[in-house]
Amino acid sequence: MKVLQPDNLADALQLLAEPDGAPVPIAGGTDLCVHWPARDLDNTRFLDLSRVAGLSRLTLTDNALEIGARTTYWDLICAADVAKAFPLLAQAARLVGAIQIQTRGTWAGNIANGSPAADGVLALMVCDASIVLQSVRETREAPLDGFFTGYKQSVRRPDELIVAIRLPRRAYTFEWLAKVGARRAQAISKVGVAMTRSENGWRVAANSVAPFVCRCRALEAALNAGRTFTSPQNVRSLLSADVAAITDLRSTAEYRERVLSRLIFYRLAELDRSSGHV
Amino acid sequence: MTDLDLSFMLNGKPVRLHVRPDARLLDVLRYDCGCTGAKEGCGEGECGACTVLLDGLPVNSCLVPAFQVAGRSVETVEAVGPEVTGPLNRTGTAQCGACSPGIVVMTRWLREHPEVLQDATLRQFMSGNLCRCTGYDSVIAGVASVLDPKEATGGEGASA
Repeated sequence: MKVLQPDNLADALQLLAEPDGAPVPIAGGTDLCVHWPARDLDNTRFLDLSRVAGLSRLTLTDNALEIGARTTYWDLICAADVAKAFPLLAQAARLVGAIQIQTRGTWAGNIANGSPAADGVLALMVCDASIVLQSVRETREAPLDGFFTGYKQSVRRPDELIVAIRLPRRAYTFEWLAKVGARRAQAISKVGVAMTRSENGWRVAANSVAPFVCRCRALEAALNAGRTFTSPQNVRSLLSADVAAITDLRSTAEYRERVLSRLIFYRLAELDRSSGHV
Repeated sequence: MTDLDLSFMLNGKPVRLHVRPDARLLDVLRYDCGCTGAKEGCGEGECGACTVLLDGLPVNSCLVPAFQVAGRSVETVEAVGPEVTGPLNRTGTAQCGACSPGIVVMTRWLREHPEVLQDATLRQFMSGNLCRCTGYDSVIAGVASVLDPKEATGGEGASA
């Protein structure tokens, strides 16, 4: 195992561009260090981001939020102005593990790891986040929607580093995130769902029900068209176009689709009752 | 693999060590520093038995690579005083004791940061410390008695 420990971004990007293969960036380590002693690390090269200056920022302006590459969940929870402006992000941050994970895990790492169960990604997805990728060659911005191309696969090239996450500030008239796990706290999601509504329309995203966190476009289109639902089955038939639930060690496809559609149906019904219309 | 030259502050005192580059903070504490209080329960960041404070924040030391600790401050259960452990001893917070080091460290952190409890409950903050004996009520009662001594019950834990 080899550890590269640059103290500035330019050096970090140079190391990622090395012709003999890019090292693995490591920030909080909450994914990479799981079962660490059991892993064959002999030929692994890590790019430690913990000493790179300027990556832990949270910048809130009138129209946007920028989350740095090493900003943790706890950083966001503690930034009162950000937590107030993006309550869904603060809620998601508190759902990721417990405090010991929240102080180490990073928003960017949640994206880079690419887990289908990522709770941070779920919240970012319904806030139309985009990912700033930087390499020695260029800096580009990719929408989070479309960032993932398969299970733990993304459009990030090995020489690129996620240097920031950008979110537009919107006036949301509805924000909701729900997670079902084996336990209410400190559990990996079996089913997760997030929804927002703004003048840009509805956004619905689900995690743990497909190979990567995904938008539910058929359901969004139906909601944007003003459709209402009379049973969870209505929601479920729409969702079948959006998600391809998987059976794995945490749950079954049947359970996931059933729970996801019921979560959404009953939340929309509650909204309907409280506002008189959806 | 060449050794890692590692210097950091441990419980207020500087330490300098040569450790394997793939060592975890938990390994360094237990095998190189003799601080065997932190326990390896799950090794995957779930149980919290290895909780220590890194630069003043609770972390699972099984998920912290030692190479990230250079120049930083680590505090372990060994540095926690009787103002925390005393009340916990009287409330039946410890039964088998495997989870206790993490719970003691978390309790100390909450005692020093009562402001965090404005936005989340004690149970939420203790949810990263699994206990397979107590059913949690005596853990929560113990932590609450440290945070607010007036709340101490004492009686139930006296025989534990």
